[in-house]
Amino acid sequence: MMGEFMQAVIAKYNYWIYITLMMIGLYAMIAKNNLIKKIVGMNIFQTAIILFYVSIGVKKGGTLPIVEHGHGAHAHAVHAADYLNPLPHVLMLTAIVVSVATLGVALALGVKVYREYQTLEEDEILARIREK
Amino acid sequence: MLWQLDLAVLTLVVVVGIGSIMVKDLLGAAIMFGAYSFLMCLLWSIMGAVDVAFTEASVGAGVSTVFFVAAVFRTTRRTKD
Repeated sequence: MMGEFMQAVIAKYNYWIYITLMMIGLYAMIAKNNLIKKIVGMNIFQTAIILFYVSIGVKKGGTLPIVEHGHGAHAHAVHAADYLNPLPHVLMLTAIVVSVATLGVALALGVKVYREYQTLEEDEILARIREK
Repeated sequence: MLWQLDLAVLTLVVVVGIGSIMVKDLLGAAIMFGAYSFLMCLLWSIMGAVDVAFTEASVGAGVSTVFFVAAVFRTTRRTKD
């Protein structure tokens, strides 16, 4: 019983590592005091989710999703089982671009906060807001 | 997809990810995050997602690192945690 459980855990080792990465990002977003560290945590969280989605499209024995013998493709059928699933790749391509856009906005807000309060530490910013 | 290579790169990704949020210097954190993005790009090319891999290499490891370094130079390198 225990052996079977351990086997199931080890067989899915990649999913456990994705969850670990996701939790590292969540920890940094919640527990870190510095705003830049929080933004790094947000990006780690996003890449962990993208990694999970891309890994879903992997097939055993599948090759890159580019049709072989493109010019003679009408002569023989394309077997979908021979190619990796390209749908998660395309969706996650959009997610990467969106993550860079959110990163730019977050860093711009961080620079604005620094100009206002001369610090990036969350507790010091809150203390200065209370002083006013 | 070799599982040994996959596991080795995944372990490195976790180590560099922890390093980038633990290092006590924001410029160091930015560079560690660039290394994290590049390892992620390597992982995606191992998985056969080449389009995602080159987008991550240019946008994640390139533009994101430049943004972080620019933000750190406009603010401060010091951090308490």
